[in-house]
Formats: sequence, structure tokens, C-alpha cells
Amino acid sequence: MYPFSYTKVSDTRAALAAGRSGGRYIAGGTTLVDLMRETVERPGTLVDISALPLREIMVTARGGLRIGALVRMAEAAADPKVRGTFPVISQALELSASAQLRNMATIGGNIMQRTRCAYFRDVTAVCNKREPGSGCAARDGFHRTHAILGTSDQCAATHPSDVAVAFAALEATVHLLGPDGQRSVAFSDFLLQPGRTPNREQALRAGELITAVEIPAHPRPLQSGYLKVRDRQSYEFALTSAAVALYVRDGVIREAKVAAGGVGTVPWKLPAVERRLIGERPSAALWARAAERAADGARPLEHNRFKVDLLKRTVERQLRIVGGTE
Amino acid sequence: MSPQPQAAVGAPLSRVDGRLKVTGQAAYAADHDVEGMVHAVVVDSGIALGRITGIDVRAALAQPGVLKVISHLNAPKLAYRDNPGAFLDPEVGERLHVFQDDRVRFFGQPVAVVVARTLEAAQHAADLVKVSYRAGKSSTDLATTTRPVNDPMPAQDYERGAPEQALASAEVRLEQTYRATRNHHNAMEPHATIARWDGLSLTVWDKTQWVLGTRAELAAVFGLPQESVHVISPFVGGAFGNALRTWPHVTIAALAAREVRRPVKLVLTRRQLYYGVGYRPACEYTVRVGSDRSGRLTAMLHNLRAETSTYEHFAENTVVLGQMLYATPHVRQTFRTLPLDVNTPTFMRGPGFSTAAFAIESAMDELAHELGIDPIELRQRNEPETDQSNGRPFSTRRLRECFSVGAREFGWDRRDPRPRSTQDGDWLVGTGVASGCYDTLRSAAEAHVRLDADGTALIQAAASDMGPGTYTSMSQLAADALGLTMRTVRFELGDSDLPPAPPHGGSLTMASVGSAVQDGCDKLRQSAIKLAVEDERSPLHGVDAGDVIVRDGRLHLGSDPARGETYQQLLARNGRTHLEARGAFSPAAEQQFSTSAYSAVFAEVAVDRRLGLVRVRRMLGVYDVGRIISPKLADSQALGAMVGGIGMALLEHTVTDHRDGRIVNANLADYLVPVNADVPDLRAIYLEGEDPHADPIGVKGLGEIVKVGVAPAIANAVFHATGRRVRDLPITAEALL
Ligand SMILES: Cc1cc2nc3c(=O)[nH]c(=O)nc-3n(C[C@H](O)[C@H](O)[C@H](O)COP(=O)(O)OP(=O)(O)OC[C@H]3O[C@@H](n4cnc5c(N)ncnc54)[C@H](O)[C@@H]3O)c2cc1C
Repeated sequence: MYPFSYTKVSDTRAALAAGRSGGRYIAGGTTLVDLMRETVERPGTLVDISALPLREIMVTARGGLRIGALVRMAEAAADPKVRGTFPVISQALELSASAQLRNMATIGGNIMQRTRCAYFRDVTAVCNKREPGSGCAARDGFHRTHAILGTSDQCAATHPSDVAVAFAALEATVHLLGPDGQRSVAFSDFLLQPGRTPNREQALRAGELITAVEIPAHPRPLQSGYLKVRDRQSYEFALTSAAVALYVRDGVIREAKVAAGGVGTVPWKLPAVERRLIGERPSAALWARAAERAADGARPLEHNRFKVDLLKRTVERQLRIVGGTE
Repeated sequence: MSPQPQAAVGAPLSRVDGRLKVTGQAAYAADHDVEGMVHAVVVDSGIALGRITGIDVRAALAQPGVLKVISHLNAPKLAYRDNPGAFLDPEVGERLHVFQDDRVRFFGQPVAVVVARTLEAAQHAADLVKVSYRAGKSSTDLATTTRPVNDPMPAQDYERGAPEQALASAEVRLEQTYRATRNHHNAMEPHATIARWDGLSLTVWDKTQWVLGTRAELAAVFGLPQESVHVISPFVGGAFGNALRTWPHVTIAALAAREVRRPVKLVLTRRQLYYGVGYRPACEYTVRVGSDRSGRLTAMLHNLRAETSTYEHFAENTVVLGQMLYATPHVRQTFRTLPLDVNTPTFMRGPGFSTAAFAIESAMDELAHELGIDPIELRQRNEPETDQSNGRPFSTRRLRECFSVGAREFGWDRRDPRPRSTQDGDWLVGTGVASGCYDTLRSAAEAHVRLDADGTALIQAAASDMGPGTYTSMSQLAADALGLTMRTVRFELGDSDLPPAPPHGGSLTMASVGSAVQDGCDKLRQSAIKLAVEDERSPLHGVDAGDVIVRDGRLHLGSDPARGETYQQLLARNGRTHLEARGAFSPAAEQQFSTSAYSAVFAEVAVDRRLGLVRVRRMLGVYDVGRIISPKLADSQALGAMVGGIGMALLEHTVTDHRDGRIVNANLADYLVPVNADVPDLRAIYLEGEDPHADPIGVKGLGEIVKVGVAPAIANAVFHATGRRVRDLPITAEALL
């Protein structure tokens, strides 16, 4: 392994100072260390933030939920406030990685994780994300698991996080703390599509620290859930996934929050599906009609064509699971 | 001679080394701590074919702690003598010579090795070695290669009867091509070698299924007498066949140690394991079947293409199954390998037979469906009288019974034969069966048995235990044969100085080493009894030796347990520190019988109607494998192989990027093997009995047969569930949407 230095900080001020001078934050280390071993990432200084006081889960004044950046995936999944209010988050977390990883990995690290594209993770292959302008080995290579939405000529790598799909569906906000103070970014603006700068993945400025992810209040009772479709039943990233949250009153869908995973270069919000749902009464036919729009704009590659269909079916299935049908 | 009481054999005992393993005390190859050891990291090639034009090692050598970078530019010439004992190496071709020339023959080929004082320094320096190449046009895809096929080896063409005519006149004909993709073994333990030179003697701690094979190969590569090489391998963390041959990294470790004059440890990375230690080759298998309307097979024509490397012509034994599984008067086989720019494939659990069974057993299922005959009934109608591959009578062939027991236990009679007839919510449910069969292999083996005056015994052989539980099963045999308890016997293996044993593969360890252990222990027990009956001071003096049995370390008359004495008493009184015996087994030169092992595998799967996901719900294997020495270990083998078969059927797939020959999923996140959630209710049943002709202990071998037939049983169940026949493995969602 290449030589690097490591410091551990105990307060945010020290973290920001270290971040400002080029240090790279490390939380659970479950993905950054892998990438360093493969020399995909080569930070010279690691700043261990795991002791920072960002481990709280609180209900906000307006009835939303604020999950500290250093809350472990396992803790967030098990938290009664999360489970009770947003099962979709708990489910997305519990269907992620493995129990061991979830015990180490943090929410902040999770949404920051980088793509699983095999060529990105292999420094002997070309990759625009890793080395801008070098080319994309995946486009004419093996790309069964790649994105069909939000791709560009430069990159078709998926964002692999599951919980990010739930966050996208629920229209979460990311709270940041930087040298210039605090700011908040809508989740949909936080993760970036590749476009012509596939190397830029998050709207994070140099040295900025994620402090929390906030889910806004939604009308209650909100029914929600996450479906993950994959070849093996555990310990694999999604081929397709769907996060669905519905608020039904008097038999009519008043709110619908839907996003898909495994298919987009970022977690893919599905407003066209949501629009078809709102104001309608749950029915098998409605789920099918709404899900028809799930793959709007898809641009599949040779090996991932099946995802177009699979995505629609995944969304349809999850609408039924969450919304029920007679 | 009265039979020894059976106490340990047949009892569901736990592994004798289980505690060592779960407490981390079992020392695997890389765990050995050798004084003064430094670390080696391999640099591998980034092209599949071509020549190395330069290696820039300046940055690497400038790193603190780096001792040396070795490549073809500075490596000494190695002897690479012929190794006539390497019967597991392909007959045609030549093993890869490391660092002897500038040629690159496959992506991931070792091109240099960095040796440094610490692992971290060696890893970092390896990243800093810059290799330049002149790349040729590589060919790595079996499906599209335009390379001419290799000349066939003798066993690769086979014919009996008049197959083309028989097929042409058959009432029913079926032709299909089945594709088994490349699979990697992916054992938990990575391959590792520690090498130390003491003058001209070489000691290696290695992950190997065959310490004597490793010894012979290192002796041949370095031009040493075999006695100068000592191989130690007490524990192997899974192998499935990929530690049978001595792969290039073993040579690299020894070479590096010689060059830096220090012991060297080399551990392959997970990624390097995909290029360094073989794999199950991809195979395209075309079957043409002719039968009459009642399902009696008249002709079967098999056309196989499989991948191999350009430098070695490896071929699995994919042909035997098609010659003998079912009564078929007319058979033709042509099996061709294609020389690709890949590393050489090797044996992987159930080698050849697993691949052939996928094709043949899928075809049988297709035929059954076509004819409207129950798939079990179809197989029963084609039971052969003799082994048609060699004309020998069967010692035991209980495939019929495997099916009837299996059908009863699995509930086959409740099956609606119509495809897509059973639905459970979103899931289409189906069941399938397949036969399995595997050659019963045997090889010469010896064992040393020593009984000490304290009443404990040590049994030794240069065998291996890659996971099936050799330590335990041999101890069970020895305990009963010596009349000792499990606590008072100890079995030692994994050292080339021990009595010779064959490779730990092909299901021959229990049969071969076990027979030698049995022989040695019988001899020792008999010599102890002889000592007693001839000893005037012994309570057994004068009795017929054949009337004496030994139990719990005490020799006594079978008819009068009160009359006897312990081994300790006997040895002490006679002033003996110990007794010794040498056990041996060698298979008959001319086999009289066909002694293959058989299985019937049943699977129930559910396929998500809309999402195409396949989930195995339950599996049952019924095995005709002769005597079961250790039922708990047998279950580990059978259930483990079902898990492997689920992988082969639904998940495992080595993906090569044919533009440059790189393996895209060379890691355990992307190469999918089943996880616990994929492994449902699995059950194994062993037909009671033994095979008296197979070997002295009546076992047929279990580790390989249990893998055969699993994938086709699942594939056939998928067809029954969905009405869709998938002929390419693995079966993934996209084929079923
Ligand atoms: C084998 C495997 C399987 C997996 N499967 C899944 C899966 O199915 N679904 C899924 O969603 N995930 C999966 N993961 C990914 C896993 O969830 C992530 O590794 C984990 O969430 C990362 O969290 P961490 O705290 O360990 O991050 P780290 O590795 O510590 O950091 C990751 C990145 O985030 C940055 N970072 C961390 N915290 C902050 C912060 N507060 N502010 C700014 N930057 C920060 C780091 O600088 C780094 O770039 C898998 C991982 C592995 C290894």
C-alpha cells in the first residue's frame, strides 16, 4: 500500500482545519480503504472523523428526521424513529451490504460511496471518472450492471447506494459544514450526473463535511418500503430497486414519492410515475399504468437492455407492495 | 478373525480439528512465521498476448525496504526439467516458465516480482513497476474465436455403433447446445507460499492438495533431487481442485527466496487468484439425441468445445458420462479444445462430469417433456446392464434406488408434470431432477502407524485436508481398526516427509489413503494380538488370535470380555516403547468392475413471474457412494456441493473483457457465489451399504459426485416452473423476463 498519513480529530473545527489542508475524511472506512488498496483513491492524509459528535438521530421541529452523518447504517436501520416513520429507509439499509459492513459504515460515507463500475475500480483500465478524458472502458466492455438513466457518452456508472434511493424519493436535504460555514443542499442536487465531468460526483466543496441528512416531514400515515432486485438474495448491489412512499387518504393517493436505484448514474427520482399516481385510487391497473413511465428517457447499452423492462416491473411491484391492491 | 466393533466409523462426529480452526490456531500456508521472512508481491501483465518491451524498476527500487525486483531481465535460467510424476499436468504442452522470456501469454501473467522487507513496501513498489509491451491481437472468447482447434488427444474422439445412421432413423430427435460458462474455484484461503533455502535444500509452506506433487515439481523446476525439497501444508482453507497443480507463484516464491537469500512469503491477491490457479473451463456442449417413442435412447452424439491456454492443452474428463450414464447403442463424441490467450484451466469440483451432466441431463429433461414421459421414468427406461464405456459389469449401480428413494422423500408424486402449472403468489414453482455419476478413482497410498506405550496412536500419510475432513475420517477408521477411542488416535498429514499419498482430489483420498490406514492399523492390531497370545504372561496367552478383539485400548476375547489386557500393559510388560506398522494400498492393475458413484438430485425452485429472479427452495440429493465413514462430514460435502451447484446454475460467471483478456469481476463482490440467504433447505441421503469391489473399505468417494447433477436439476426445475428452457449458465433474470 502506498504511504499516507493518518490523523484522528475529536471536534469539527479540527476536522475542517485538516480538511482545508487537503486531508480526506474517513468514517467507517469500509469503502475508502478498499479504493486506496486498489490505488483508485490516493489521499495523502486521512482524517478520521469517527469520533465527531454527529451520531444523533432526531425528530426535527417540523416533524422531519435528522440523521447524523456518523450514524452507522445498522443504528439508523434499527432506530425506532426511522423504522416507525420511514420504513423505506430502514429497509434500504437492511438490504445493503452485510451485517458486518453495516455495523461499521456510516450514513455520510454511504451517500459518498463511489461507483462499483469494474473499470473504475481497476486502475489498469481507462475511466473518465478516474482520469478525465482517458475514455470509458465500460461503454464497449461489460456493463450489465450499469446505468440506463442519466448517462452521458463519458460515463454510465451507477450510484450504488440503496439508502440514497430512499433519500431521493423522500426529497431529503444534505447538511454540510465547510470553512465558510453551514449550508444545505437538496439531495437531488447533491449527487451529480456525469455529463462531461464524470469525475465530479457530489456537490461537495473542498474540505466540506457532511453533518447530517434530513428527511422533511411528510403527511402521515405514510406507507413506504424499498424493493431491491438482484441475482443473489443478499450482499449484492441492486440490478434495480424502487423506493416508494404513499400517503393515501379517503382511498385516494394524495402524495407519492418514488425513486429507483441500480439504474441511474444517481438515485433516480421518478416524477412522471408520481404524477400518474396522485389523485388516483390504488389498483393493479394504476400501478401498471404509473410504472410504464418508470424508464422514460432510458438509454440502455448492449448488456443492460433488460433493465428497462425490469425497472418498470420493479416499480410496479413495489407500488403494489406499498399501496396494496384488491 | 472376529470383526472389530464399529464405534467411530459411521458415527456423526465433529471435526477433530474444528476447535483449532474456529479459534484461529490452525496454521494455513500464510500463517506460518518463518524467521527472517521478507515479502514478495507479483506484478502481472496488463495485456493478454505480446512481448514485454521494457520494465522500469527505478521507482520501485528507490522505495525504502525494497530488496529486489526480479523479472525475465535478471532472473536466472531455471532447470524446468521434465516432471514425469506430474500426471495432473496436461499431457500436451508445457507449463508456464516464470521470468524466462519476454512473452506474455495471458492477461494477469506474472511478469515480475518485488521483494521487500514489509508487505506494504512490496505492494507499493509493485505498483511502481512500469512494464511496457508490444501487444498482439489476443483471442479469449470460446464463442467467437477463429483459432483452429487443437489436435485431439486420444480420449477426445469416441464412437460405438453407427450413430449418424441411428440418429437419422430415430423416431424422435432432439438437438440442443448447452453452454457452461467459466467458473473460478474461489476458495476462502488465498494461495500462499513461504519458501526458505538452507544451502541447496528448499522448504516450502504451501497451500497444496498434494505435497508430493509440489515437491516433485519444485525439484524439477530447480533441478534438485526430490529429497532436497520439503513441503509442509497441514491445513488448506478450501481448494476445490485449484491446489492440485503447482502453479507459477510457488516457483516465484522459491526463486525470490533464492535471489534475496532470505525466506520469502508470497500471497496471491484475490484478483491474482483469477489468473494464477486455474478455473473450470467454459464449454459448449451440443447434444443430438435419438430415441424411440417410448423414450429408449438409440443414439447420442456429443460435440464439445472447451477453452484451454495456448501453452497447455488441458481437457476435463467431459466424455465418460456420455458413454456410460444411459444404455445407448450408438454414441459418437468429438471433443475439441480451443487454444486461447488465457491461463490454463484446471480441475474444479466434479470436473468434466458436472459440465457434461448439465448438457446430458438437460437434454434428457427436454426429451422427457417432448415425449410426455416422467423424467425419472425416462431415466429408468435407459438403465444399462453394463458399463458401456468399458464393458465392465457394475460392482454396484443403484441409480434406480437413488431415484425411488428420492422421489418418495421429495414428494415427486405430487408433481403436476405440466410446465408453469404451479403458482404461489408472484412465484412460479417447479421441480426438477437430474442424475449424477462420477468415476471412482483410486491410487496407491501408504500410511505409517505407531502405537505408543501410553496407549495412544499416531497415523501418518502425506495426504491433505482441503476441507472434507481427512483428519477426522482417517482418525475414525484408525480408532476402530486399532480398537482405540477418537481421543487416543491422531492423524498427521500435509508433510512431504510422510508416507506417500496421492493427490487430494478426484474423491480418492478416503478410498486410497483410507485403505492404507485401515491396512496399517489392522497390521498393527494383529501384531499386538500376536504379541499377547504368544506371551505367557498375558491373560490372552494361547488363545486363537482370530478370537481377540480390541476395544477402548483393551485386547480381549470376543466371547469373554473379562479375559484381556490393555495395550499399555502388553507393551510395558514386553519392554516395548511402541509398535509400528506400515499400511499400504494399491489398486488392482486391471479393474474388474465399474465402480462409479451415482446420485439423483432433486430441486424445487421458485421463479418470480415478473422479475425473473430464481430462488432455490429446497434440494435433496440421494447418493450411491458406498460406505459412509463419517456421516457428518459427508453432509458437509453433499450440502456444500449443492451450494456450489446453486452457484454454477444461477450465479457464478467469470466475465472476461475480450478486448484485452482482463477478467472484469475478479473479486468476491462481483463474482457471485451463493450466500446464506440463497441456501435453503438442503438434504442428503446416502443409500446404505458398501461397495465390496471398490476398495478394501468399501467406499466409492463422495466429494466430486455431490457436485454433479446439481446445476441441471435446478435448470430443469426452472423449466418446469416457467416453461422456459435456459441452456446457458448461469440462469439469470434477463433470460426469464
Ligand atoms: C462488499 C460491499 C458490499 C456493499 N454493498 C452495498 C449495498 O448493497 N448497498 C449499499 O448502499 N452500499 C453497499 N456497500 C457500500 C457501503 O454501504 C459503504 O462502504 C459504506 O456505506 C461507506 O461508509 P463508511 O462510513 O465506511 O465510508 P468511508 O469508507 O469511511 O468513506 C467513504 C467516502 O465518504 C467520505 N466521507 C465519509 N464521511 C463523510 C462526511 N461526514 N463528510 C464528507 N465526506 C465523508 C470519505 O471521504 C470517502 O470518500 C457495500 C460495500 C462493500 C464493501
